[in-house]
Amino acid sequence: MFCCGVYGFITRRNMIAILISLELMLNSVDINFVVFNRFLFPGEMEGMFFSLFAIGLAAAETALAIAIIINVFRVSENIDVRDVTKMKF
Amino acid sequence: MESVGSIIVYAVIALTIIVCSVLAVTTRKILRAATYLLFSLFATAALYFQLDYEFLGAVQIAVYAGGIVVLFVFSILLTSKPGDNTPALASKKRVLGGIGALAMFLVAGYSLVSRTSMLSAVAAGGNPSMTEIGTALMGTGHGQYLLPFEAISVLLLACIIGGVVIARKH
Repeated sequence: MFCCGVYGFITRRNMIAILISLELMLNSVDINFVVFNRFLFPGEMEGMFFSLFAIGLAAAETALAIAIIINVFRVSENIDVRDVTKMKF
Repeated sequence: MESVGSIIVYAVIALTIIVCSVLAVTTRKILRAATYLLFSLFATAALYFQLDYEFLGAVQIAVYAGGIVVLFVFSILLTSKPGDNTPALASKKRVLGGIGALAMFLVAGYSLVSRTSMLSAVAAGGNPSMTEIGTALMGTGHGQYLLPFEAISVLLLACIIGGVVIARKH
C-alpha cells in the first residue's frame, strides 16, 4: 500500500490525485503500527493510540491541503503541478 | 490467526486493499480514484475490526471514510468537471515512479522479513475496552496519553483558524 502511494505521489500531475496517494501512504503506516502492536506487544496499547492520533492528524492536514488547492485554483484555473510555477511576487 | 476462516477473511481483506490502492493511483478519472480510496479505507477498517480493535475501526470509518473522502469529492467537483480524463502520463515520470515504489518495497520487505518471524503463532492479544481507552487518554501516568490529547486539540484549533484564513474572500 505504501509503494502504491509512493508511485502515485511521483507520477500524478493533478494535485488532488497527489493528495489521494498521500492518504494511502498514511493509511498503510497506521496498519503497520496496529499490526505490530497486536502481534509483538499484546499487553500494551501504544500502537493503537499512535494510529488514533495519526488518523486525526491526517484529517487536519488533508483539510488544510484542500483549502490551499482551492485557493490556487481561484488564482489560476488549473491544478496541474507543472503549471504552478510562479510565486507571489 | 488460528483458524482457516480467519486466514481466508484476512486474505480477502488484504487483496481488496492492494487492488483498490493500485487502481486508485493508476486510473485516469479523478472521481474514480476517490471511490477506490473509499473502498481501500473501508477494507482497512475491516482489518482493524478483525484484529479486535473496534474503537480504532469505528474512528477510521467515521473520520477517514466519512469525512476525508467527502472532502475529496467536494474539492474534485469544485475544481474539475467529472467527465474529464487527466492526460496520459509521460513515460519518464512513470519509470521514475516505478523505480521509487520498487525501491521502497525492497527496503520495507527486507527489514520486515529479516526481523520478525512472520509465521509464528500469535499470542492472545488484548482487546482494549472503552473504560481502558478513556482512562488512558485522560491520565498522566506512565502509559497514558493526556499530553498528546491536549496537543492534538490545540493543533485542530490551529488547523481550523488556518483554514478559515486561507479560504476567505478578499
